[in-house]
Amino acid sequence: MTDSTLLQAEFPTRTLTVALAGNPNSGKTSLFNALTKLRQKVGNYPGVTVEKKEGKMTAPAGPRQLSGDSQTEGPEVSILDLPGTYSLAVRSPDEQVARDVLLGLMPDTPKSDLVVCVVDASNLERNLYLVTQVQDLGVSVVVALNMMDMAERQGKEIDLEKLSRSLGCPVVPTVASRNKGIEELKKVILSAPRRGGERAWHMPPAMEECVAELRQLLMKEHGIGGRLAFSEAVILLSKEDLSNEPLAQGSPAVRERLSSLRGRLTQLNINWRSAAIEARYAWIQSILKEAVHQSVTRRLFLSDRIDLVLTHKVWGWVFFLGVMGLMFFMIFSVATIPMDWIDNKFAALADLIKEAMEPSDLRDLLTDGVIAGVGGVVIFLPQILILFFFIGLLQDTGYMARAAFIMDRVMNKAGLHGKSFIPLLSSFACAIPGIMAARSIEHPKDRLVTILIAPWMSCSARLPVYAILIATILPAAAPLQKAGIMLTMYLLGIFGAFAAAVLLKKTVLRSATPVFIMELPPYRLPSVKSVLLQMWERSFLFLQKAGTVIFGLSVVLWALMSYPKHSGDPTEALNHSFAGMAGHVIEPIIKPLGYDWRVGIGLIGSFAAREVFVSTMNIVFNIGNAGDATEPLLDAFRKAAWPDGRPLFTPLSCLSLMVFYVYAMQCLSTVAVVRRETNGWKWPLLQLFYMTGFAYFAAFVVYQGGKLLGF
Amino acid sequence: MSMILLSQMAPGQKGEVKDLSGTGDICQRLLEMGITRGAKVELVRFAPLGDPIDILIRGYHLSLRKKEAEAVVVEVG
Repeated sequence: MTDSTLLQAEFPTRTLTVALAGNPNSGKTSLFNALTKLRQKVGNYPGVTVEKKEGKMTAPAGPRQLSGDSQTEGPEVSILDLPGTYSLAVRSPDEQVARDVLLGLMPDTPKSDLVVCVVDASNLERNLYLVTQVQDLGVSVVVALNMMDMAERQGKEIDLEKLSRSLGCPVVPTVASRNKGIEELKKVILSAPRRGGERAWHMPPAMEECVAELRQLLMKEHGIGGRLAFSEAVILLSKEDLSNEPLAQGSPAVRERLSSLRGRLTQLNINWRSAAIEARYAWIQSILKEAVHQSVTRRLFLSDRIDLVLTHKVWGWVFFLGVMGLMFFMIFSVATIPMDWIDNKFAALADLIKEAMEPSDLRDLLTDGVIAGVGGVVIFLPQILILFFFIGLLQDTGYMARAAFIMDRVMNKAGLHGKSFIPLLSSFACAIPGIMAARSIEHPKDRLVTILIAPWMSCSARLPVYAILIATILPAAAPLQKAGIMLTMYLLGIFGAFAAAVLLKKTVLRSATPVFIMELPPYRLPSVKSVLLQMWERSFLFLQKAGTVIFGLSVVLWALMSYPKHSGDPTEALNHSFAGMAGHVIEPIIKPLGYDWRVGIGLIGSFAAREVFVSTMNIVFNIGNAGDATEPLLDAFRKAAWPDGRPLFTPLSCLSLMVFYVYAMQCLSTVAVVRRETNGWKWPLLQLFYMTGFAYFAAFVVYQGGKLLGF
Repeated sequence: MSMILLSQMAPGQKGEVKDLSGTGDICQRLLEMGITRGAKVELVRFAPLGDPIDILIRGYHLSLRKKEAEAVVVEVG
């Protein structure tokens, strides 16, 4: 190997960075998957919770190269999937990220050499709006005319050559979901000119003059280039609220000029809010008139006919409840099969180690700390996978938007957005994916409220706690009675969450009623590959983020419950451990709720994961290797008593304990995820205190109130 | 010909956007989504609970609350 080839192998001299921009629902992600296959990685942009997806483009298929050297096939192409946005006028974090990346202002992200604008060919008018904004930035653009099959089915004939000439950039037809046009697009990406075209759309002359004047000032004041200054000038002049615009905030001269220019336009009877937007749409309409011919006009497309049923006053609800019911049946019933299997496997593994090793601290750490910790994470995986599978399916088919459409009225009552519905629903399985799903809510304050109330949806980890306590209260109750109490706990959580949302919206998160302006995309057949890919990506994120926390905490809790060492039976040992001491310390605090120090240990243990309550109680009450059987523990619960002989687990104290579990933030992995999603400790700490505080209050009211009433 | 608000249209009724009376970010968002003067608009349906509404504009379906739709003045035939 010569020195020069060595160098080339180590430093690929030509790396091309390509950004994919486009509206939500334009098939951008399908196109990204088709271009990169599975050579992609998902992360976050620094400082914001906007997903960053990067991938390496596979080389275009072509005449086989004789040498197997991939370097001869062209440069390495790195593809960046920008968040889907309708505009670059910067109102949501998504729009900000898209704009910063395109301008090369995002740290750790190279400025792109080329922007592929993905547009939905069946919805060209609105999709091209973003293209005009991207072109304003002076970057080199290729338009991927995606979903060509849909456009054809709608009877649209698109003259590609005319469209390309009017837009001043290459136009490539694709059907990303079926891998059509991808090779062609790759070739165009490699060969497209690396310079932006001239601006083709124009505003009314007076508006043009004002923009030009502001552009000059921005160039002088901020030292930015001409194309960027033009784009910024259009945005600044059209935008009412300038509080998030650094170019205006940083310069009084710019603010003064803005108000004088607006005054001038108003005098000329030009609406500065709408003039630029109208001009873009007028230009788009004029080029589409030339390039697109509608051969057949069919009034009702298939999608409209589906909507006649799925958003129908009666059938819409039937379908909606059916889908949600199916999802919950899968999560709570079908998922228990793999969950039990995982549980058994981990128990078997722990037994294996117990047999193979001499009794020692290390052995206990491995079996009770590490294996229990890993098992505690992995056991939730089936539920999380099913949940994300459904969310992916609902999103890809377009039904998610209908669910928000149907539920918005209800959510609106609590000052929430229709889109809060899915995150809250997901939280019934686990608050962590629910909180992650809140990313789809654009407005930061609405998103925050959703995140803050999500853990009040009773998650599946609370189920075993409710189950054992209900069985304690009503040993021989009919299933219907048990279900009734269970349902009451769920409803308590829901009402609490809605009340908290109303309260939060009126106090710390005061803002205008959230805006609900949402596209209802046409129904589409989902691609199994893309749904599975999304499911895997999100579940992996869960394992990575929540898993490490749950695992670490399990080990810490194990240590707290095992040290300082004490000879004697496990119950005695626990009594004298740090956790036991803590249980004694908090007993005076929790006594008014009806719990003694033993329950206190369970509450402390629950901070890793709530269902740990049951296994902790097994140790506390010295139930040996009971396995899954709950009978011995129930028996112990019924016999458990205060020192003076009064029973510990009365119906009232069990009820109080259940209410405590409904409301308390006993999940440090949720705290960790909220910290990540809100970029700081302020909100997770507030949440920890208000939830746990309210839990204490509610349990206190239940127990003391019940006692006063003579129960 | 008469002028009504987008929120007052009946399902199936068609018209043309005449004006946007609102100000601020919401107004800009509506404009950017294509609700500009001269655009053809059809109210397709109300959500099962009566709000929000589903409109057809520039060839696609957009949903918005009646409150937001009150900012849009439509000329109907």
